[in-house]
Amino acid sequence: MEREREGKFPGVPTGRFPSGRGPIAAGARTLPAVAAALIVGACGGETSIVSPKGPAARSVTGLWWPMLATATAVFAFVAGMLLLAAARGRRKSDDDAKVTPRWGEPFIVVAGVGISGAILVGFFLFSLSRVQALTDAGRRPDVTIGVIGHDWWWEVRYPNGATSANEIHIPAGRKVRLNLDTDDVIHSFWVPSLGPKIDMIPGQHNSLWLEAARPGVYRGQCAEFCGLQHANMLIRVVADTPAGFDAWIAREAEPADAGAAGGRDLFEHQTCAGCHTVRGTQAQGKVGPDLTHFARRDTLGAGVKPRTDENLAHWIADPQSVKPGVTMPPITLPADQLDSLVAYLEGLR
Amino acid sequence: MATTVGGTPPPPGVTTGLATPELLEEHWSETPGLGSFLTTVDHKRIGKRYLYTGLLFLVIGGVESLVMRIQLSHSNLHVLDPETYNQLFSMHGVTMMFLFATPVLSGFGNYLVPLMIGARDMAFPRLNAFGYWVFLGAGIFFYTSFLVHRLPDAGWFNYTPLSDSVYSSGPNVDFYALGLIFIGISTTAGSINFIVTILKMRAPGMSLNRMPIFVWGELAMALTVVFALPALTLANILLELERRAGFHFFSAAGGGQPLLWQHLFWIFGHPEVYLVVLPALGIASAIIPTMCRRPMIGYTYIVLAEMAIALIGFGVWVHHMFATGLPTIGLGFISLTSFLVVIPSGVQIFAWLATLWAGKPVLKTPMLFILGFIVLFVIGGLSGPMLAAIPLDQQVTDSYFVVAHFHYVLVGGAMFPIFAGIYYWVPKMTGRLLHEGWGKVSFWLMFVGFNALFFPMHILGLRGQPRRTYTYQAGLGWDFLNLLETIGAFVLALGILVTFVNWVWSTKRGRPAGPNPWEADTLEWATTSPPAEYNFENIPAIRSREPLWDQPELGPHGQPVEAGGRGLGGGHNTLVTSLLEAEPEVVAPMPHESPWPFLLTAALLGVFYGLVIRSWVFWTVAAVLGVISVAGWFWPRGETQET
Repeated sequence: MEREREGKFPGVPTGRFPSGRGPIAAGARTLPAVAAALIVGACGGETSIVSPKGPAARSVTGLWWPMLATATAVFAFVAGMLLLAAARGRRKSDDDAKVTPRWGEPFIVVAGVGISGAILVGFFLFSLSRVQALTDAGRRPDVTIGVIGHDWWWEVRYPNGATSANEIHIPAGRKVRLNLDTDDVIHSFWVPSLGPKIDMIPGQHNSLWLEAARPGVYRGQCAEFCGLQHANMLIRVVADTPAGFDAWIAREAEPADAGAAGGRDLFEHQTCAGCHTVRGTQAQGKVGPDLTHFARRDTLGAGVKPRTDENLAHWIADPQSVKPGVTMPPITLPADQLDSLVAYLEGLR
Repeated sequence: MATTVGGTPPPPGVTTGLATPELLEEHWSETPGLGSFLTTVDHKRIGKRYLYTGLLFLVIGGVESLVMRIQLSHSNLHVLDPETYNQLFSMHGVTMMFLFATPVLSGFGNYLVPLMIGARDMAFPRLNAFGYWVFLGAGIFFYTSFLVHRLPDAGWFNYTPLSDSVYSSGPNVDFYALGLIFIGISTTAGSINFIVTILKMRAPGMSLNRMPIFVWGELAMALTVVFALPALTLANILLELERRAGFHFFSAAGGGQPLLWQHLFWIFGHPEVYLVVLPALGIASAIIPTMCRRPMIGYTYIVLAEMAIALIGFGVWVHHMFATGLPTIGLGFISLTSFLVVIPSGVQIFAWLATLWAGKPVLKTPMLFILGFIVLFVIGGLSGPMLAAIPLDQQVTDSYFVVAHFHYVLVGGAMFPIFAGIYYWVPKMTGRLLHEGWGKVSFWLMFVGFNALFFPMHILGLRGQPRRTYTYQAGLGWDFLNLLETIGAFVLALGILVTFVNWVWSTKRGRPAGPNPWEADTLEWATTSPPAEYNFENIPAIRSREPLWDQPELGPHGQPVEAGGRGLGGGHNTLVTSLLEAEPEVVAPMPHESPWPFLLTAALLGVFYGLVIRSWVFWTVAAVLGVISVAGWFWPRGETQET
């Protein structure tokens, strides 16, 4: 079904307009610079909606380019007429100006109501047809993953019972349904290169189709203002090959390795265990992210820093300086204990 | 000169006889100097106060945005901590919408509407004074939160549950909710005053179809306020009940519905955008005919379009909620209305284009700002349908694309006309023209700065930068455009500063304006610059949509009695006319200056401070003082009831 639709409305190649009739050709003299900036600027980057990496995002891009082209043409017409009118005026007499042209009011009705209305209704219908691509009528997910928003991180629940955080693994080329909930305020799940966002609202269950055409890492972040660290509530969607995904979640569901006893002991008996779970140990806290396989993630603090020993030590000792307002308190430890705690966490693979 | 019109007996206190400037001066002049500072009811003084105070808040809101732009000029900066950033962007929105745009446009309306329709004041001069004082009081109330470092921090949209007592326990959100309830009193009072003034105080002969489009714009704005604002006030009352009295309107845990807040807020919030833009479009429609040396083409279409925008504006609110998971069929209806609301805006633009094309555009500074406005408003209007398209909106909503869109609509669509209005009408207020050369410098700085600031936001939104974030990660390709935006912000600010300096300079050194420096067509130019306290010696009789172009007898001293002008006996009176055709109905005595509007506002300010510090003693005492003020205001004094 999805493939068929793709065939009918082929995704527009990124970085280019659908045809030679793009805005540059249509643009007035003020436009080329503006349009060029938009094209060059809009297409780079791994979080761009105009370099779609999945069918949902591609469907939107197919709506975006025709709308941009039409808008540019309308702008060129209006701006051109404005400049010409201003230029013509210099040569007129005051008496010329008093003459009311017969085309005046018909022009307003035809251009303002007729043509504008037709274009707008046309795009309305076109956009409605694209809504279908995003809703779940008649579609069955290959995988369903639960994502729960927290201040300011993401809890991820896989169908095999594995619980993880902040980095969401999906199988590439498969239809993934995300069930989205929130534990506190409203958040919004948005990975631009994979498709539209949807809010996570208390008391309401929303869902989102997520499909990446190819394996890779796709970045996004919370899109609804949720307080102090809204800016650092980052998302990484990791699309694996289907086989890789199966292997990944199988490992993710297993309890943690025993690890070095010193670090584990610290984790279990310091403040850590009050909030964090490491399955297979006494640490069963439910406030913060599940850390059972912490070392399989690329980042810490919901994406605020890359996961390195140094960043992790800094994060444990003084999280407020890395992510001001985060719920995690500073953990004051002697240097050797901090090192063994970091070593323990880095062993959680 | 009879004091009765249409057979109505003369109301008590109306003097008879011909109007002379001496007689009018005696009746209309207020206590000179500071004596009437707190008591004035002159719509012109009040209008100017709205302007000055609103522009002061433009500076405050602008400085807030400059500080935010410094923080965002590069990834991972620490100029601001997240709490301060959140407070600044919340207050930037509140300030620009409620304390700058709406009041400044009310200021123009207050100053100009009675002049444009040939009246001697607003219908309810004391209510008018009250409206200003409450606006000032609410502004002071909002910014008291700054002194205690508790500025509202949940955004101007203040979504629950983030704004409920669980997630925002401090008084920040109380300042927001109570401040909006407070300022709503001002906006509502002002709007009712506009509606009655416009419908009942027009000079004889100014039937509705001869009314200036600017006045139509103010009427559309006022009607929108009256129907939209109750939703906001209600939402904030419910929120305060939830925050302090344990109600659960919005909290899902208590069986409430978080989306209820969003519905109430946007049922108000989207019309709010239009009520800022509508009078601004009116400014454009006032300046374009003058500067094109011809009547507007398509007057009727423009008026219908203004009213259509006001009406359809009530049916588009859910497009702010396309990503909340509401049923698709409901979204479809709102998507359609959101597409259709573009049509009346387009009609106005094409009417202006036709007028520009047929006329002889004179590129004085006010016209330059209007041409800039049209360009920016068109860009903002073209990204509007993109946000009406459900799938595209679900991608770019809450990204910088939306920030770009509504700044083009609101700053391009309202602030540029406001600056056009400053260059156009301040000479009427001060009697001196602003400097043309510096006006043009200001325009180009503002135009270039504006586009450098806001155009890249489209691109950043497409590249995935969400709004309302105090910082962003490096390596996403967002740094350069953000730096460009910050530079643009300072250029824009410099352009604004040039106009302010120009304005101050012109009050002493500017070229004398004379009564009608632009050879304009509407009645405000049939007065001296600045106008006398009583506006017109004789209330003119109107026979044209462009009276100053078609009625040569109209001059800075109004219209002679022989030509139909009515002196109303030179007393403290104005003329009330019929709604459609503006036929004279009655001569109404107008109230004199009064301290009560100020005192009532002071009492109300006390009530709201009492509520925010949660001291019932404090607010009860203040409320009693308020009741006394109301009693004083309405105490019978042997005159006709004065409002």
